Amino acid sequence: MSLDSKIPGGPIAERWTRHKADMKLVNPANKRKFTVLVVGTGLAGASAAATLSELGYRVKAFCIQDSPRRAHSIAAQGGINAAKNYQNDGDSVYRLFYDTVKGGDFRSRESNVYRLAEESLNIIDQCVAQGVPFAREYGGLLDNRSFGGAQVSRTFYARGQTGQQLLLGAYGALMKEIGRGNVEMYPRREMLDLVVIDGNARGIVCRNLITGAIESYAGDAVLLATGGYSTVFYLSTNAKACNVTAAWRAHKRGAFFANPCFTQIHPTCIPVHGDYQSKLTLMSESLRNDGRIWVPKKTDDKRPANDIPEDERDYYLERRYPAFGNLVPRDIASRAAKEMCDKGLGVGATGMAVYLDFAESIQRLGRDTIAARYGNLFDMYEKIVGEDPYTQPMMIFPAPHYTMGGLWVDYHLMSNLPGLHVLGEANFSDHGANRLGASALMQGLADGYFVIPYTLGHYFGSTSLGKVDTDHPEFKTAATQAQERTQKLLAINGKRTVDDFHRELGHLLWNHCGMARNKKGLNEALEKIPAIREEFWENVTVPGAADTLNQSLEKAGRVADFLEFAELLVHDALHREESCGGHFREEHQTEEGEALRNDEEFTYVAAWEHGEVGKKPKLHREALEFEEVKPSTRSYK
Amino acid sequence: MEKTINLTLKVWRQANPQDAGRFEVYEAHDISTDASFLEMLDVVNERLEREGKEPIAFDHDCREGICGMCGAVINGQAHGAEKETTLCQLHMRKFKNGDTLVIEPWRSKAFPIIKDLVVDRSAFDRIIASGGYITVRTGQAPEAHTMLVPQPNAEKSFDAAACIGCGACVAACPNASAMLFVSAKISQLALLPQGQPERWDRVRIMVEKMDEEGFGNCSNHYECEAACPKNIKVSNIARLNRDHLWASIRAKLRG
Ligand SMILES: Cc1cc2nc3c(=O)[nH]c(=O)nc-3n(C[C@H](O)[C@H](O)[C@H](O)COP(=O)(O)OP(=O)(O)OC[C@H]3O[C@@H](n4cnc5c(N)ncnc54)[C@H](O)[C@@H]3O)c2cc1C
Ligand code: FES
Repeated sequence: MSLDSKIPGGPIAERWTRHKADMKLVNPANKRKFTVLVVGTGLAGASAAATLSELGYRVKAFCIQDSPRRAHSIAAQGGINAAKNYQNDGDSVYRLFYDTVKGGDFRSRESNVYRLAEESLNIIDQCVAQGVPFAREYGGLLDNRSFGGAQVSRTFYARGQTGQQLLLGAYGALMKEIGRGNVEMYPRREMLDLVVIDGNARGIVCRNLITGAIESYAGDAVLLATGGYSTVFYLSTNAKACNVTAAWRAHKRGAFFANPCFTQIHPTCIPVHGDYQSKLTLMSESLRNDGRIWVPKKTDDKRPANDIPEDERDYYLERRYPAFGNLVPRDIASRAAKEMCDKGLGVGATGMAVYLDFAESIQRLGRDTIAARYGNLFDMYEKIVGEDPYTQPMMIFPAPHYTMGGLWVDYHLMSNLPGLHVLGEANFSDHGANRLGASALMQGLADGYFVIPYTLGHYFGSTSLGKVDTDHPEFKTAATQAQERTQKLLAINGKRTVDDFHRELGHLLWNHCGMARNKKGLNEALEKIPAIREEFWENVTVPGAADTLNQSLEKAGRVADFLEFAELLVHDALHREESCGGHFREEHQTEEGEALRNDEEFTYVAAWEHGEVGKKPKLHREALEFEEVKPSTRSYK
Repeated sequence: MEKTINLTLKVWRQANPQDAGRFEVYEAHDISTDASFLEMLDVVNERLEREGKEPIAFDHDCREGICGMCGAVINGQAHGAEKETTLCQLHMRKFKNGDTLVIEPWRSKAFPIIKDLVVDRSAFDRIIASGGYITVRTGQAPEAHTMLVPQPNAEKSFDAAACIGCGACVAACPNASAMLFVSAKISQLALLPQGQPERWDRVRIMVEKMDEEGFGNCSNHYECEAACPKNIKVSNIARLNRDHLWASIRAKLRG
């Protein structure tokens, strides 16, 4: 099977506009005849559900939480990029496109990224109209900041709660449609399977998390906007309910999984401090605008930070990357921190942390300015760590944060399974091997508000779909399988908790498939994962019943899927014999320890086809072409 | 500095909405003072699971104080005693060795208990669906800079928009009123130029919906503000009342 990315022709700047004019439309009177199932109501899902409903489609939307307002998008802090050039500092759609392609280390699709940069303009307009309270200047105009190493100020933000405010905007739009009876909302539902009939995605099977009932829903298209899979590492900055289940089940039904090994480790998180720890907290990257990162020059230096004199400190990012300093991209900052700690230069109780120091900026700008910029982050740090970052440097360490990989989609956001569309972090398309700060929010909203409303219409307009309902045997089979699996999990009655297995898996992946990877370690992981999986199915304990709210059971299902998915992740990392973006293979580095890409052999998207659990999946390649931005070695020196 | 403490927990256990429910006592041993409150519950739950017993059900997700999913009443206080802190951000260093903690769900007619500490807050969603938004369809928006917002208004609007919809205000209110929650949304939108066209209808509709959902009246106890993890001010309630009064007069004048 060949992968057709359906990238339109013509000059890159005109592709999306022309394509919009070429795509098929659905007659307004006919839209009501199409039912769209939207799974996930974070930024991508809520924006899609609201917009499709406004257009006249019948929409059913599903989420795990008790309300769409709680999706993990709510946690995004820093901001959202848009090429408005309000600061008159030389930004443009082209520059945003260029930075994003380069930031992705030349492993994304140019056409998708260009479209993303174009739509960024509309997103800001839409959100402002919805009442999203972005930061403003005294004149009443929108404020911007520079973020994640960008050399222009193009990031729009709402204090340190940008994701919250954007999500509440999209949630408002969705609630408007729910209030008018146009969208049926199904909260506290977990999708457990995708139903494919005659090759088209036609429905889903969910567990009602309150009653435990297995429910089936039929539709004319299924949209997955179910977020990323960073929680495969157990400890991550993601919310606890984040999972790979929906994507994984779709994968097992035939959807290809692309570039799973492109995972992002965020450099500025609060370090791990105990084995009871359930998650890691991100400290917004914006802190690097004013904070200086350093470690002591001497190994095992146990002196308190403030007792270490200036000339015994190594501001290693400033030293190694004089042009970008503390603002180098995430992958580079993360790896450098790990290197320092591996050399024994790390600080804190575990030695797995580096300092992020505000002393100099407090002196230069005053405590009030720093408090105005980062007050809420400083408070959060204080709450979690119990130390005051105004007087003592923060301690930070990298943590899994975002997954660039995801289900393979074409330019229309449709997977290789007709009818199955994938939006937001759940797809793979726009960030290549590394996502730049403030661009995930942009992508989720571009997908939902401005891309899928066109491309889904085209799909309906160019496909003839028969009627199906949930009495179809495929629904019955999928529902029975989901039920049996639940029963099986409950019947094991073993000795180890679900979290215990999840921690073991996470630890293994973090060590062998985390910030730095090598063949030996990856092979070791490939040996160990099946063993953990086997033990899980023999020795996990899942108390409680199937027909009630059962959080152990929910977790067990997710971890069972992670235990299968993890192998795919490692296979992908093993096959990609190069270092690029967040994927660092120790065998492939320059003498200075920088990532060494292999463009000749690996300028492609690795799209994996599922065979059997425990067997190596089949690789399909989508070649990537760079017409506009010629691949070069990213240099931040 | 990390140390460990031992606690006694009295936790509300209720199998389902019909069940009468009761307190059960658990010993929480060797809890690190660096752990969060929810991590303490995780430790207790994993011990229960290892014994084949059902863990305590509680809602949570982000564990960083922003999603509004978590919440319980700890020794009579919604989200515990620490100011401006959600339960997930409350850390065990705030407790002493030997403390006894009574842990209960939000209690309000409008928030039926689903199981243990998990309640049904869908009434909040229904209030928002009745009018807590600005009506603008995707693609209709004018260029963002055609609309200026004075910076102080933007800031005040933000202060109200920071509400996480956790429901602590309702749990803390002697009348189980949802006024703080509703007024936060009313204020956010009333303070912005974009929110003006629907301002008067919005307040009437949302208040009507709130009453219909079975929330109590506000009688100015201000417990809501004290419990709010996001420092939403009762001045928002005053704004709601003013807007509501004016909206009612307008409605009458128009017949
Ligand atoms: C702490 C943090 C800070 C961040 N800061 C920024 C930032 O400043 N700027 C930026 O651009 N990006 C940021 N990101 C990344 C960004 O927030 C996410 O990538 C983005 O919000 C993902 O949106 P989404 O809609 O794809 O998925 P999500 O918001 O994760 O939504 C997933 C939805 O799917 C549902 N779901 C999942 N599985 C199932 C299932 N099996 N069945 C039913 N429903 C399901 C969930 O209930 C939820 O509704 C940050 C991420 C984190 C973790
Ligand atoms: S778990 Fe999200 S606010 Fe507490």
